[in-house]
Amino acid sequence: MSFHLIKPNTKIDFIGLRYYAFALSALMILAGMTSMVLKGGPRYGIDFAGGVILQTKFETPVKIDDLKKSLEATNLPGLVVQQLGKDKDSEYLIRTSLMENVTSAQVQKTVSDAMTKDLAGSKYTFKRIEMVGPKVGEDLRGKALEALYYAILLIAIYISGRFEHRWMAACIMAAGLFAGITALQYFNAPQVWLVLGALVITLALCFFLKLNYALGAIVALIHDVLVTAGIFSILNKEFDLTIIAALLTLIGYSLNDTIIVYDRIREVRGMRTGETLPQVINHSVNNTLSRTVLTSGLAFLAVFSLFIFGGDVIHDFALAMLIGIVVGTYSSIYVAAPIIVSLTPPEHLAAPVAPLKAKAKA
Amino acid sequence: MFRNLRWRIIVSLVVLAVAVILLLPSAPGIKKTTLGKLLPDTAINLGLDLKGGIHLTLGVDVDKAIENNMAGIGQDIRAVAREKNLAVIKPNVMSGPRLEAQLVGAANQEAFETLLKKDFRNLKIDSKENQAEDRVRYVLSMTPEFKKELAKLTLDQAVKTIRNRIDQFGVAEPDIRRQEGNRIQVQLPGLSDPERAIAVIGKTAHLEFKLVDDTVDPAAIRQGLVGPGREIIPLMQRSTGSNAGKDVPLVVMKDAVMTGEHITDARAQIEQNNNQFSVGLTFNARGARIFERVTEENIKKRLAIVLDGKCYSAPVIQDKIAGGKAQITGSFTQDEARDLAIVLRAGALPAPVSILEQRTVGPTLGQESIDAGMTATLIAAVAIVLFMAVYYGVAGLFANAVLMLNIVLTLAGLALFGATLTLPGIAGIILTIAMAVDANVLIYERIREELRLGLKAAEAVHKGYDRAMLAILDSNTTNVLVAIILYQFGTGPIRGFAVTLVLGILMSMFTAIFISRIMFDIYLSKRPADAAVSI
Repeated sequence: MSFHLIKPNTKIDFIGLRYYAFALSALMILAGMTSMVLKGGPRYGIDFAGGVILQTKFETPVKIDDLKKSLEATNLPGLVVQQLGKDKDSEYLIRTSLMENVTSAQVQKTVSDAMTKDLAGSKYTFKRIEMVGPKVGEDLRGKALEALYYAILLIAIYISGRFEHRWMAACIMAAGLFAGITALQYFNAPQVWLVLGALVITLALCFFLKLNYALGAIVALIHDVLVTAGIFSILNKEFDLTIIAALLTLIGYSLNDTIIVYDRIREVRGMRTGETLPQVINHSVNNTLSRTVLTSGLAFLAVFSLFIFGGDVIHDFALAMLIGIVVGTYSSIYVAAPIIVSLTPPEHLAAPVAPLKAKAKA
Repeated sequence: MFRNLRWRIIVSLVVLAVAVILLLPSAPGIKKTTLGKLLPDTAINLGLDLKGGIHLTLGVDVDKAIENNMAGIGQDIRAVAREKNLAVIKPNVMSGPRLEAQLVGAANQEAFETLLKKDFRNLKIDSKENQAEDRVRYVLSMTPEFKKELAKLTLDQAVKTIRNRIDQFGVAEPDIRRQEGNRIQVQLPGLSDPERAIAVIGKTAHLEFKLVDDTVDPAAIRQGLVGPGREIIPLMQRSTGSNAGKDVPLVVMKDAVMTGEHITDARAQIEQNNNQFSVGLTFNARGARIFERVTEENIKKRLAIVLDGKCYSAPVIQDKIAGGKAQITGSFTQDEARDLAIVLRAGALPAPVSILEQRTVGPTLGQESIDAGMTATLIAAVAIVLFMAVYYGVAGLFANAVLMLNIVLTLAGLALFGATLTLPGIAGIILTIAMAVDANVLIYERIREELRLGLKAAEAVHKGYDRAMLAILDSNTTNVLVAIILYQFGTGPIRGFAVTLVLGILMSMFTAIFISRIMFDIYLSKRPADAAVSI
């Protein structure tokens, strides 16, 4: 009568597989980080690094090599020429860094002059001109980091409050996090350290307050962001504002999956089935597996359409989302839930679990 | 139960009707019809990345304005002191800005300080020291409140001037707003010639008339020795043949005889003898008087017309010029003359501005983005609709109807709040399609589970909705949290993304929980209680 992608009585031992999953995750993160270190940090787009972009469309075919040769003669700093679309479109992205006291109009003129001189007869238009000055670039970097910091904070508080009914602990955590960051700010720590500090404090507080679910969710989020950023670095893609937006969105999305699983764990625990914690988690992940795979598949399908048909401007955003959807789904199943088992003392694992609410009252 | 259902149907129909009314004004061409006149004034705004245009972030050099103001105060102190028979010499602006000045006669200190307290309440004395020749050196600075006030005035003035210029340039619906950190954001939709617009906005347009000193030896000019009270500025040489003529150094008196503040009108005009364009200036009464006096006193001397530190022309004064009219010649093209007239008419910026950020999207790219976004949305929607219909049968059709409604409601929400649809915003809509489906998938998978446990259709549907509701609420909360953060910290296009995301999530919860439930209830009420349900 109806279709099933995942058979109703699927019983995969996710908890049993967790060490393989952890190894795979570690491998992916390591590969990404290696790529970043080898390439000297992430490749920033002009939003963060500052610079000029000229999206140039030629009306008659112009070869990329000819264009490159022409522009290289101008000695513009940090020149990158990149082809957009197909060969026959003759559309290129020209990027340069910004020098002191040189306006984008001057860069534009230099490029125009060179192209008029060397590529005579090829009419062109600038379809898009972007210039980000160093000051704005710095501000945008700051804003992006601030956004990440607040995302971590709010999510940590929400999960620990909502899932462990420990709003008290959540508030303690928020206060601790706030105090820690204020202290760091007092010592004028750079913003990167603030965000890293926020992460470390959040993880440590979750650990000591025994907020295992929050900790699992946050570890899964960090995992998703690291893996996606790593793959971006391996693919030599640039980080700009839209990519940060994509990373934040995928944090929300991956969390969505994680919460569905946690929600089910909470429900199953409430039923007092006499199962041990690993059994409960396996039970819950398997129960929600069909939904997880379906939704992620459909989300992937939708974003894939954006990736293929959405145009150059949104292409990298869609790519980050695509990677994020896959990684986020994987982490909800293989990272966020199993980590709860790893965090629970071994002597508690064999005993039947109590419902979460009862524990909260104790 | 049924009465309850009837009410729910009425509510959803009302919501749908409101959404349609909100959306209709966005339909192309509808404004001109009779229906269009009855509709509310809500429409979906397209962001600059979709309709093309310029986004600029300008940095206003407020410190420079404060410094200029300090220099003016220095002159004022000198003048006021002179009236009280006090001699103040060498007023000079130092970094900070602080003002140093020397009072002649140490015995006059009390009188001078009383004067400062009375007439220059915004200054405070930082230090004073006795100097040789019976002089006292004062160092003055502005009070912080006054500095703040000045900064605010400067920014307000800058915004006003820029708005004025843009209005005269002729851009529809410009958006000009102040931002923190002495910045101004300017958005100009649908402009075909960005470079010119940027030149018009960014020009300080500080016009000065200065007397030329032709007595200085050219060799001394090359060495930079021009004597006190004089300075070297470039005289632009522009012949019609090659625009890139070499500038010649020109020695002028530092103190301007007159500035552009007295201009009441400026027009581009064509010169009869050589068909080149020039800018005709009209002064106000006071300006006309000053100009008449200056020209009368300096016949046969040259008067330099200096704009932003560059001399455009330095004609010889042939005769006294009365009537308050003057002309700037400089071999302009028509556009140049017109743009110069605009900036002179709109007034000078109170401080230099620099372009910190520029994003220009041409109209072709905007249209391409709209087309690409539409295609992507359509294909995503069709793929999902097909999948849902095949996978869930009748229930899938409900989900699809709800999905369409979700898109309509999200767009209506954008229209209602006057939000801006950007390219990332379209991506947001595509994501919301996926999320709207998620809510339905959650419910349906739950219903299937309940059915497998042996529940009857109606009961399974009831339980499925109830149990999935909490999960839907919980999971969407985090998405909304993230979207709010994105809105808070994002720039224009990303804000558009955040807005569609939040609207889409809220609408998807409403449609999935409330509306699809109605469809199920109607569907179930028409069937025997123990009939199988297509899900």
